[in-house]
Amino acid sequence: MAYEFTKEDLEEIEKIKAKYPEVMPATLPVLWVAQKRFGHVDPDVQKLVADTLDLPHSHVHGVASFYTQYYKEEKGKHVLDVCTCLSCQLCGGYDILHYLEEKLGVQKGETTEDGMFTLNEVECLGACGYAPMLQVTNDKYVNHLTKEKVDELIEMLKDGKSPEYEKIGMPQRENI
Amino acid sequence: MSSVDWKNYEPVIIPDIKDLHKIDVYKKNGGYNGLKSVLTDKKKWPEQKSVIDEVKAANIRGRGGAGFNAGLKWSFMPPADGGPRYLACNGDESEPGTFKDRKIFEYNPHLFIEGALIAAYAMQVTTIYVYIRGEYKDYIDMMQNAIDDAYEGGYIGKDILGSGYDCDFYVHSGAGAYICGEETSMLESLEGKRGYPRVKPPFPAQKGLWGRPTTINNVETLAHVPGVIKNGAEWFSNIGAANHPGPILYGISGHVNKPGVYELPSGIPVLDLIDKVAGGMRNGKKLKAVIPGGSSTPILRADMLDGITMDSDSLRTVGTMMGTAGMVVMDEDTDMVDMLWRIAHFYHHESCGQCTPCREGTGWLEKVLLKIKNGNGEIKDLDLLLDITTQMEGRTICALADAAAWPVRNTINRFRDEFEARCKKSVHAVA
Ligand SMILES: Cc1cc2nc3c(=O)[nH]c(=O)nc-3n(C[C@H](O)[C@H](O)[C@H](O)COP(=O)(O)O)c2cc1C
Ligand code: SF4
Ligand code: FES
Repeated sequence: MAYEFTKEDLEEIEKIKAKYPEVMPATLPVLWVAQKRFGHVDPDVQKLVADTLDLPHSHVHGVASFYTQYYKEEKGKHVLDVCTCLSCQLCGGYDILHYLEEKLGVQKGETTEDGMFTLNEVECLGACGYAPMLQVTNDKYVNHLTKEKVDELIEMLKDGKSPEYEKIGMPQRENI
Repeated sequence: MSSVDWKNYEPVIIPDIKDLHKIDVYKKNGGYNGLKSVLTDKKKWPEQKSVIDEVKAANIRGRGGAGFNAGLKWSFMPPADGGPRYLACNGDESEPGTFKDRKIFEYNPHLFIEGALIAAYAMQVTTIYVYIRGEYKDYIDMMQNAIDDAYEGGYIGKDILGSGYDCDFYVHSGAGAYICGEETSMLESLEGKRGYPRVKPPFPAQKGLWGRPTTINNVETLAHVPGVIKNGAEWFSNIGAANHPGPILYGISGHVNKPGVYELPSGIPVLDLIDKVAGGMRNGKKLKAVIPGGSSTPILRADMLDGITMDSDSLRTVGTMMGTAGMVVMDEDTDMVDMLWRIAHFYHHESCGQCTPCREGTGWLEKVLLKIKNGNGEIKDLDLLLDITTQMEGRTICALADAAAWPVRNTINRFRDEFEARCKKSVHAVA
């Protein structure tokens, strides 16, 4: 498939390039721009990024494949990244993962038949005190998961709504 | 040693001030006065070196894990030669158990920006990058907004506060790779490459970003700088434990009633942190073990904790360290074999694969631990694991291999009975 950046994308890419003394450092941020636009960075999108930045395809491919957040193929509409790392494991992260596997009828790493959900098991997301938790499609964190909260989340996503940012105050502080 | 009076401590990194993340509120509360002082008060700060000396005297020990004196690190930068120089701020925050820098991004981003600018001025840096893990999308946006406001306020950019000093400040988002928290891997990632750690020497101060002098500091480390500039090195070094002074953002997770991030002085008794600060153990369970500062720091059994405080000297007496002060608390029901296997899985997953002892070693650790976890291990596998850790340590390009080896060695040694009990009964002589 032929992919193209929009005019706004190209403007954003120019702004990104201005942040660095060379063009190569724009690789990661421009892959992000591409993923936002196309939903993934499959080999064709990687080529577009390489051509736009005038960098070798092999370089962009190498970078895209090194970092886990870039989707090297099309994913479900919503990607659920469930953390099962240390603190989440201690607080029931695997229960949440298995509950989702059952609920969605897929194993981790798979996408539901209707293309709505991809389920992944991921490493620590830096939310250890709010375990167990998951991240939705590289965006919002959903913390303090229970089965009920998972049910609500799935319903909400099916309804076309996205979760809000969950503000977690400092436990020592009263005012914020 | 006198004990630290943490009960009356008033937070300074994340103080109880509403909307402090907004630049106006930050300024109203004395924000950017430290930067103004170093840039314009030539009597107090006759040259850049005086700033470095003050920070060195404060002994802000790096909050990214290694605990190195920040001012001392700054002094390693070679003399300015008119070319570009960089400060790379480490907000990768990916060590399991660590979730503190995000509180700075959310609640007090300008404190970090001010600290980074003071550091940049002191080292005659021309451009600052803050590398934030890609998963922290919301915090990346918050930081970008704060930086935009600081540009607008004249605190970043050309001729900062009329001093003639120019400095740019950019956010760089990661994209999912723990290894990019290792400082030279982070530089590679900033340069737009795969995050393979670099062989040292040369050290970043000599050849960092694009071959130019570069210093790397953790975000929290830099957030301590404005306080030192405003209140003096002595103020800072009198907070908490003598050899590891200052406020600490403790991240407490696991089986406690009130997990979260708490700003308190260093040197707090570990047991106070668990029982008094974090609300004690969940469901009235008994404490079994604590990992004091992120998954790589050696685990402590509950019976080792009497009198132990959160600072490098005290933790060293029980063979562990402060790390990132991300404390993971485990209750009596915790299965040490499962827990350790999960840590080993993490390091195997995150090894970049450049060095054979790390690539192979982390794989073996995980595989053997999985075998034991599944009830197919033998006693001799425990010695095999210990042997693998010895072969991994100190033989690799970066410290990930050590970070993977320490928890395995220490958890097995400190919970040997539990590991043996999981090994095959035919080998272990149980009736
Ligand atoms: C595998 C590995 C991962 C690391 N991850 C981080 C990290 O996420 N954040 C961080 O600040 N430092 C991390 N570090 C430590 C950095 O290499 C570096 O020491 C630190 O950022 C320096 O800042 P400081 O002196 O202010 O602590 C990591 C080190 C290793 C070996
Ligand atoms: S020690 Fe491991 S993570 Fe570090 S450079 Fe070597 S292979 Fe990569
Ligand atoms: S262990 Fe799950 S967020 Fe850190």
